[in-house]
Amino acid sequence: MQLELGIIKIKDVQFGSATKIENNVLYVDKAELIAALSGDERIQSIDVELAKPGDSTRIIPVKDVIEPRVKVEGPGNIFPGMLGKVEMVGTGRTHVLSGCAVVTSGNIVGFQEGIIDMSGPGADYTPFSKLFNVVIVAEPKEGVLQHDHEASVRNIGFKAAAYLAEAGRQVTPCEIKKYEHLPFIEGVKRYPNLPKVVFVYMLQTQGLLHDTYVYGVDAKRILPTLISPTEVFDGAIVSGNCVSACDKNPTIVHCNNPIIEDLYDRHGTDLNFLGVVITNENVTLADKERSSNYTAKLVEMLGADAVIISEEGFGNPDADLMMNCVKIENKGIKTVLVTDEYAGRDGASQSLADANPLANAVITAGNANEVIVLPPMAKVIGHPRVADVIAGGWAGSLQPDGSIIAEIQVITGVNSELGYFTLTAREV
Amino acid sequence: MKKIRVLHYLNQFYGGIGGEDKADVPVQVKEEAVGPGLAIKAALGEDGDIIATIICGDNYFNENLESATAEILKLVEQYKPDLLIAGPAFNAGRYGMACGGVCKAVGETFSIPTVTGMYIESPGVDGYRKYTYIVETGNSAADMRRAIPPMVTLAKKLVAGEPLGDPKSEGYISRGLRQNYFHTERGSKRAVDMLLAKIKGEPFVTEYPMPEFDRVAPNPHILDMSKATIALVTSGGIVPKGNPDRIESSSASRFGCYDITGVTDLTADTYQTAHGGYDPVYANLDADRVLPVDVLREMEAAGVIGKLHNLYYATVGNGTSVANAKKYAAAIGAELKEAGVDAVILTST
Repeated sequence: MQLELGIIKIKDVQFGSATKIENNVLYVDKAELIAALSGDERIQSIDVELAKPGDSTRIIPVKDVIEPRVKVEGPGNIFPGMLGKVEMVGTGRTHVLSGCAVVTSGNIVGFQEGIIDMSGPGADYTPFSKLFNVVIVAEPKEGVLQHDHEASVRNIGFKAAAYLAEAGRQVTPCEIKKYEHLPFIEGVKRYPNLPKVVFVYMLQTQGLLHDTYVYGVDAKRILPTLISPTEVFDGAIVSGNCVSACDKNPTIVHCNNPIIEDLYDRHGTDLNFLGVVITNENVTLADKERSSNYTAKLVEMLGADAVIISEEGFGNPDADLMMNCVKIENKGIKTVLVTDEYAGRDGASQSLADANPLANAVITAGNANEVIVLPPMAKVIGHPRVADVIAGGWAGSLQPDGSIIAEIQVITGVNSELGYFTLTAREV
Repeated sequence: MKKIRVLHYLNQFYGGIGGEDKADVPVQVKEEAVGPGLAIKAALGEDGDIIATIICGDNYFNENLESATAEILKLVEQYKPDLLIAGPAFNAGRYGMACGGVCKAVGETFSIPTVTGMYIESPGVDGYRKYTYIVETGNSAADMRRAIPPMVTLAKKLVAGEPLGDPKSEGYISRGLRQNYFHTERGSKRAVDMLLAKIKGEPFVTEYPMPEFDRVAPNPHILDMSKATIALVTSGGIVPKGNPDRIESSSASRFGCYDITGVTDLTADTYQTAHGGYDPVYANLDADRVLPVDVLREMEAAGVIGKLHNLYYATVGNGTSVANAKKYAAAIGAELKEAGVDAVILTST
């Protein structure tokens, strides 16, 4: 499978009379965009706002962050199974509006939604403050249940990204990135002397607003399976958007999966990147046993010498992470884990809910319990009062002057367990 | 620049009073540098001075922990130092515990930096490294000349509020605290680098060394349930409607205890969840789904269990640190034991 990603750099976003890209500026016809998103009977109102790097703007509560991509050659469409049909993606050519994103907001669904500050100290703690964000503020009708609200906003986000991405269909990209994923037998033969590496991609599937979808299938209902890395770039995996903000994988991070990118970067020189195994993080013991057994088996069947295992979320999935690690190590296959920490506000607590001596190579994305003060912003998109109830906040997090004191857990993307960001922790 | 006012703590031996036979001398103070304090004074140079030295017998301190600590805190209040240095204690066990205990109490009460020095195997290290800065020393006073300068260097940095490097380069024993910082490389790149090192058998440093995991062996089962008092404890956040204790949706800072005398069923009007980690719709409709009061009342009526305890305990497990969870468990456990509860049903989400 061969996929070309045509990168279109977006250096500004403005409202305009027609949606188009000119000189790296994305112009958005607000009325047309809103019309394209309308029609969901569970939604009361939709508004669109812009948030740019350096603006004194806070977005709260953030549900998902989605990068606009459009398929210009090859079968299928971006976010297959969520939008359009379920054609297999991952071949041909896809255009990427890089540097901008759709951010979904509006009243809170559950508790696990986040904050993006576009300037100030909070901006340093999220990768999404560097993007030109088109914020969709979708408000639900009264009485709409949480999971219906979530499904609505999730879908509206994908639609908005698809709508904007159409503007990039005819634009000549400034850069073409080429990715290839060979049939496994050929893949092994291509670099016979390099260590064979597989990526074990754990998807958040604890349920009850903690879900991830693969080609539209709720991933808690899958057995661990194979996926081409190029399919991931085409949006085959998307976020159910109400998972804890700091260490969930928003859809933009799936589409730009940094572990896949960095494995490709060393592919053919230092390692032979064989492929990707996706697995889930279900909550019952039998599910955990089955999925980790199956994952270890798949990794062994592929003949891997080593794997990187990424987690999504914390607490309960720490058990899945350790099970995957132990079972794969016990087959003589080396592992590196990517996780984050809940070491308490003072950093003195044990960081994970499970541990094993075989987990001897761990990358950490930092302690989510560390407390931060986010100063007031001139403009707040969304509902600042939810700072008191989102995961990582507490009664009184929102100060009278508009500043927020909370754990960094509230900041979208800060503790990325796909290694999308640079925050980490050390022992002092 | 203002001179740093240093208060120094010594035991009876280094304070020049005497050996083991004088280990029970009470707290006393000398308004000058004493013994190892002379080396500290020299290392401070123009930047500071020892304004007083507190001397206390090791046995006196360890046997009168509360009163001795109170006496020392009173002296700290009186002298208003910018910094407290204790020891170094090298490998002396009781002296190490005293240095650690004094540093902890002073640091917590007055929020001033504290520094001490110990041999890595001293019991004071395990007990107090979290609460103070312990510079690693040799195991005996023969190391005095080498031990003092890094203690003073570190102390000066702490007083100035300068950011510290990692424990190794600063010369203190890791405090076991996790501290965030921004790396120059993103996590995924570090993961690939670490994997390649591990494959090649090259040295690499894990970013999170695995802790010793605390596994609890279950108690023997109850022989006669029909006589047992059963309590309910949940981390699923079930609270009386309105969440009267305002338990947080994540990283709960407290647990609640609620009376269910006469309650046979949790309804949407009376109970809800405070938990932020799951879709609350079904728990809010019928909180018995998380905290099964209804079923236990039926079992109580049918004589299957002796009695449902009239209090239940609830917190939110979502993102709550292991240290806090342990603390709540110890407190809840003590109350349940005191109340004569025979067994507990723990429910999550």
